[in-house]
Amino acid sequence: MITKENYAKEIKKYQPKPKLFKNCLKAFIVGGLICVVGQALSVMYIELFGFTEKSAGNPTVTTLILISALLTGFGVYDRLGQFAGAGSAVPVTGFANSITSAALEHKSEGIVLGVATNMFKLAGSVIVFGTISAYLVGMIRYLVQQFL
Amino acid sequence: MFMDFFWAFVVGGLICVIGQILLDVFKLTPAHVMSSFVVAGAVLDGFNLYDKLIEFAGAGATVPITSFGHSLLHGAMAQAEEHGFIGIAIGIFQLTSAGIASAILFGFLVALIFKPKG
Repeated sequence: MITKENYAKEIKKYQPKPKLFKNCLKAFIVGGLICVVGQALSVMYIELFGFTEKSAGNPTVTTLILISALLTGFGVYDRLGQFAGAGSAVPVTGFANSITSAALEHKSEGIVLGVATNMFKLAGSVIVFGTISAYLVGMIRYLVQQFL
Repeated sequence: MFMDFFWAFVVGGLICVIGQILLDVFKLTPAHVMSSFVVAGAVLDGFNLYDKLIEFAGAGATVPITSFGHSLLHGAMAQAEEHGFIGIAIGIFQLTSAGIASAILFGFLVALIFKPKG
C-alpha cells in the first residue's frame, strides 16, 4: 500500500545516490589546488615585486580573477565546475566565473541589457549578503569597543 | 615554505568540502552556498578568528570566498575607528575594491571578446 508518507521512502532506492564521498574528494582536490595556485602567486608577488604578506592579497586575487575570466571565456571553467562542484565555486575564481558566465550567456540581448544588466545575476547575492552581514557585525563590534 | 603550500591546500580544500556537503546533503544552490560563506567569513572575522586562519593557512584562507566577508569587515572597522559609524560605510569596500573592480572589468571584456559556449 503506497501512502503519501512511505512514497518518499519507496522511491528513494530508485533515485540515483549522490556520490557524496567522491564529490567531496573532487571538491577537496580542485579547491585545494586553486588555493595552492593562489599561494604560489602571492609568494611570487612578495619575492619578485616587493609586496608584503598583507598587501600581496590584492594582486593575487586580481590575477586569479583574470585567469578565471579567461578560462570561462574558453569554456574551460564551466567544465571544471561540472567535475569539481563546490571545489571550483567556493574559491574567489568561482565568483569571477559567475560574473563572466552570466555576462556571456546574455550577450545576445545586447551589451547594455544583456551583458551589463545580467552580470551580477549570481554574484549580486554574494555582494548583498556580504555587505549586510559586514555592516551588522561592524556596528556590533564598534558598539562593543565604544562602551565596554 | 613547503608547509605553507601544504596547509593552503588542506585548509582551502576543506572549506570547499564544507561547500560540497552543503550542496549535496542540504541541497542548497551554489548561490546560497556562496552567500552563506561570505556571511560566515564576516561573522568569524567579527570574533577575530579569520585572521588566525589566514596566518595559519595563507592562500588556503584568502582564496575561498569567505575571505570576501572578512575583507569587507576589515575595511569597515579600519575606517570606523577614525570616523565612527559613518566610517563603516566609507570603508566597507576599501579592501575588496580590487577584487570587485577587476571581476567587473575582466568579466565585461571577456563577454565582449568571446562567444558564448553551449
